[in-house]
This record gives sequence, structure tokens and C-alpha cells, in this order.
Amino acid sequence: MIRTLLLCTALSLPASADEIWVTNEMDDTVSVIDVTTLEVKATYPTGERPRGVTFSRDFKRLYICASDSDAVQVMDPDTGDILHELPSGEDPEQFVIAPDDRLLYIANEDDAITTVVDTETRKVVAQIDVGVEPEGMGISPDGTLQVTTSETTNMAHWIDTTTHKIVANSLVDSRPRHAEFSPDGQVLWVSSEIGGTVTVFDVETKAEVGKIRFEIPNIRAEKLQPVGMKFSPDATKVFVALGPANHIAVVDAQSYAVERYILVGRRVWHMAISPDQTKLFTTNGVSGDVTVIDLATLEPIKSIKVGRFPWGAAARPTP
Amino acid sequence: MRLAWSMMALCLWLGSPAMAEALRFDYLERQVTPPPVLSNMSALPEDLGLAGARLGLEDIATTGRFTGIDYRLEVTQVPPEAEFLPAARALLETGARVLIVNAPAADLLALADLPEAQDALIFNIAAPERDLRAEECRANMLHTVPSTAMRADALAQFALWKRWTDVALIAGSYPEDVEFADALRASVLKFGFEIKGEKTWAFDANMRRAASAEVPLFTQDLPDHDLLLVADERGDFARYIAYNTWEPRPLAGSEGVQPRGWSGVVEQHGAAQLQNRFRDLSGREMRATDYAGWAAIAALGEAATRSGAREAKGLRGYLLSGEFRLAGFLGTPLSFRAWNGQMRQPIPLVTERAVVALAPLEGFLHQNSELDTLGFDAPESPCTAFGETR
Repeated sequence: MIRTLLLCTALSLPASADEIWVTNEMDDTVSVIDVTTLEVKATYPTGERPRGVTFSRDFKRLYICASDSDAVQVMDPDTGDILHELPSGEDPEQFVIAPDDRLLYIANEDDAITTVVDTETRKVVAQIDVGVEPEGMGISPDGTLQVTTSETTNMAHWIDTTTHKIVANSLVDSRPRHAEFSPDGQVLWVSSEIGGTVTVFDVETKAEVGKIRFEIPNIRAEKLQPVGMKFSPDATKVFVALGPANHIAVVDAQSYAVERYILVGRRVWHMAISPDQTKLFTTNGVSGDVTVIDLATLEPIKSIKVGRFPWGAAARPTP
Repeated sequence: MRLAWSMMALCLWLGSPAMAEALRFDYLERQVTPPPVLSNMSALPEDLGLAGARLGLEDIATTGRFTGIDYRLEVTQVPPEAEFLPAARALLETGARVLIVNAPAADLLALADLPEAQDALIFNIAAPERDLRAEECRANMLHTVPSTAMRADALAQFALWKRWTDVALIAGSYPEDVEFADALRASVLKFGFEIKGEKTWAFDANMRRAASAEVPLFTQDLPDHDLLLVADERGDFARYIAYNTWEPRPLAGSEGVQPRGWSGVVEQHGAAQLQNRFRDLSGREMRATDYAGWAAIAALGEAATRSGAREAKGLRGYLLSGEFRLAGFLGTPLSFRAWNGQMRQPIPLVTERAVVALAPLEGFLHQNSELDTLGFDAPESPCTAFGETR
């Protein structure tokens, strides 16, 4: 009944527009934000505790990590219907889709495993032993390397996607939460929540080439907890969400200098960039909203109320 | 340092080392016959503390697999009727130098003072006594269990934050009750309010039958209060105070809202994963002593990985340095106070079913670390054994 109602709301909207999809961890829903009106235009039910979220490369499918349902759900973004579930292993938290749009790499937080699932055959292709509490998931743009970070082992595990074997392990600071390859595939950024740092690795040599620290006047060092990261559309900047410090750091992608801090809502987790590349959307867990930042001025322009504890975010261009 | 780190990173990258280095930790427990309490319904888990240390070892062993360190945990349990010190001495003779100790304060001190323990590193995971962090501190002893003072400060912050500053106190007369009551008085003073009235629990009747008749009368002459504090660390009588008081008032301290080092209801900040791993391992809820055991081993693993140190002295040096940070699932990095070896940690204020608040509460400020608003801060610390690192 509720779903039908929601569906009607979605269908009754006139022109379609670009969208930002946000998972609400404590409401078991996804909110769909219209990028033009900056309003929530639909809310769809999901499995329990949805966190990681991503679209297939053709935007026909939405993958959702329903952590407490121990499932990755596949949603039709045009209807909000759950089409089926993928075998995900226990407690999936984050994942990354391969450039071939077929293999999904899933971090199983409770099992210290990275599960590789074929989204077409819906079968598990491989399971790779990694460190305790895997979470951050990145994949190189050419699809040859997948990186899983483990929160309690404090490592980035480099996985060869052909053999599904670990080829290198890089130690980072405490509690790594997110891994992001640069669009040119040259460097890998890993955020460490408790360490309070971001480490940059050269992908070719796997050597550490930079370490970024943060500092905001009147905010305690231990509150500066980097989590989500996103490259700007032109790849000159990296946006780093600083969790309970309630700010996004803007970091120069070449010099690693922090250029500025943008105030957002409370407990900022992850980000998505609008398909027209003009706006950045941040999920603010504690305040239960999404901050919209204008990428031209780097100023926050609006807060949008979503469900309880928004966590993941993904963008979809006009269908 | 920088160079050493890069070299280590390089080694890691070159693949899993064929030869793992062994690193030995020892869990030493002084088993105690639990004191009798009024209720027959509660028993302490037999693996209290040990289960936490075991989980810590599992966690760091996974890291060790990648870093080439083979962590071992040797377990020695001294039965209640046996003598503690000879057993501890025998253990040191076998080469034990990093010890995670679950023992009463007197045994801990006797162990720390042994000549052969002077180059050892001892983690206190169970004794909350003030003196161990104050006049009786020892340079070779760190504490991962919060002191009574830290717990009392957490509760005082909570009362102040709620503006429940008219408080009364009922204290038992066992030594641990007296210690906790003293700590509560000191904390209330520290945060600028006072205890309006106090009574000592002195009943020896069977309160399971008599509580509804006796407790209203017992609490009738307490002065007006917002919050009734209870100091009953063994869990003997305070459970019979709840809902039987003359005035309807919330309880806090050993019953009601309880400041604890850890509890099975803590779930924020990724704690749910730690709780799940602990339940899978032990089949029960994680308690404060388990958490202290887990934290000691997790801290050692972190120190061994980051510093390259493999023996007690180097590990201790790194743990007490400003560089050490432990991810302890309490939302903020944990570290050790260089002036008395106490682990800085937030204190959850919990009921049986939920976390009510997490101390330090917002607004309690400090020039260095808000965590130092709980327990002995550097300027007031009577501990001198850590002089060289201060």
C-alpha cells in the first residue's frame, strides 16, 4: 500500500531529472532526491540497514548493501521494486562494481572476506580472505586491481582481479574506511578514520607517496575522522568527508594540500556528484539530512531532510 | 623513523614473509571465589577477561598473518586456594615479559614489585582502585580498565548535564563500595555540586522478601534529591532499591544508569561488529573486564605493527608516546596517559538495555583531550613512577 503510494508520487512528477539516491541506514529505505528541485521525490523500502549503494554502469540497476539482511539487493530504479537479491556473504557493508559492469566486489564486514559476485549469473565467483572488518572498496579504472581496506587490521589489500589473489598489503593508519582510485588510475587514496589521515599510494609501485592530515580551528584532532572520499569532476580536487567534525575537506589532488573546509550536517559519511557535475551531495548521518554544495563556489546551498541516518549516495542521470 | 616505516611498508608489499616472528603475551589470572550476594540469580562468567583477551588475539593474529608476526597467548590461571606470587614468579622464569593480568590490586602490586618483573610490561585489566593510578602507581604497569574515579566522573558529568544536581547516596560497606562512594563524593565536588544526604546500607535481612517493606522506610528520611546514587559494586543490594524508594527517583551508580568500561548494549561507532565477534567466540555478552583484556592485546598488536618493537620496553615506549592511537569502537581514539599509565577512554553510561550517554559529555572541555576530564589529570596526579615520560 505504502509502496504503491510512493510509486504514484514518483510517477506523478512531471519532467524527469537527474537524481541522487541515498540509503537511510536506520529507516531501511532509499530516498531519491531530484537534482533540479532539490527535493525528495520518492522513498522506497529496502532490506535491513542499507549502507553501500551503487548503480550499474548503464544505470538500469541499483545495488544496495542491506547489511542486516545479509544481502545485496538489486532494485529497478524506475519502479523502486526489488528485483532480486545477490548472494553476498554475511553483513555486506560496501562494494564496488567492475568497469565491465558485471562483477561486484563486496566487503563482508563480519567475516573478513571479500566476496566477488557475478551479477548476471548471480553466483559467487570467488571469496578472498582479507583483514578483520573489511569495508573500503575501490577498483582501478582499467579493472585490473581491486582494493579492500580492513578496519581492524589497518591495511589496504591489493587484489589482482584476474587471479583473485592478494598481490600486496599496505599498512595504513587506524581504521581505514574508504579507498578511491584517481580517474587516471595512477594513485589510490585511503582514508583512516581513527588515524585521522588519508594515505596516497602510487598504484604502480604500491609505495606511499603522500599523507594528508587535517586541522580545523576549535575542533579537536580526534574528531577529524576522514571517511568517504570523492574526486572532483576535473580530478583536480578530492573531497574528504570528516565524519563527526561535520566538515568536508577540499584537498588539492596534486599537492595534497587542504584548501578549505566546508561546513555540512552532523556525522558526514559519503558523497555523490550530480550528473551535470555542478553539485556535491553529502550524507549526514546524525542530522538525518543531505547537504548540497555548489561546486563552482564550494559553498553549501541547501540541506535536504531524508530518512534516519543517511549513509551511502549514488547519482543517476536523467533516465 | 620515517625511513624505517617506508622500509617496513616495502617489506609488506614484497609479499607475505615466509618466516613469521613469534611474539608472546601472557594472560595471568588470580582466580577469586566470588563473594556471596543476596540474589542467587547472577554468577560471573568463568572466562571473564580471558574471553576478551582471546578475541583481541584473534583480531591481531589476522593482522599478524599479513605482517609476519605470529602472536601467541599463554594462559595461566591461579586457583583461589593456591598462592599467587610463586606462580607469577615461575611464569616470569619461563620468559614471560608482557603480561595481561586479571587479579586484585594487592596481587598486582606484589607482581609489579618482583625484581624479575622490573623489565616486564603488565596490563591491569580488572582492578579499578584509585591508588593503583595514584600513589601506588608502578612504571611497569598500564591500566586498560577504567579507574573508579573515571567512572564516578562520568556519572557526575551526566548528573550535571541533566541538571540533576541534588543527589543522595546509599553506599554499601564492602571495601569496593567504600572506594566507589569516595570516588562519587570526589567527583561531585570536582564538578561543583554536592551530595545532599547519605546512608549506609546495613541490612542483613533477606531483601528478596522484605524490600518493598523496608526500602521505603529506609529512604524516607533522605533529603530532597533528583537522583539517588548507589554504591554497591558487588551487585548485592542495590537491585532491591529500584522502584521501592519513598520518592520516585531514578537510580545511578551501581544500579540504574551505570558508568561502565564496556557493556553488551554498546553498539555505536562500529561496536556492533566487536560485540558480534565476541558473542560468536564466547556465547555471552562482552563485559568491562573482557573489553579491558581485548584493549590490552589490541594495543599491543598496534604497537608491534607500528613501532617495530618486539619486547616490553619498546612496546611500552610506543604505547606511552603521543603517536599511539587505538581504534576502540568508542568513537574516539584511545591512548595512554603518560603520567600514570591509565588508558584514556570514553565511559558509556548504560542501563540493561541501552546506552544513555557517553562520557565525556559534550561541553566538558579540556585544553588537551576531553577524555582527560575523566579521572586523574596530569596536574593533579600523585603518581611519580612515570616521571621520565611526563
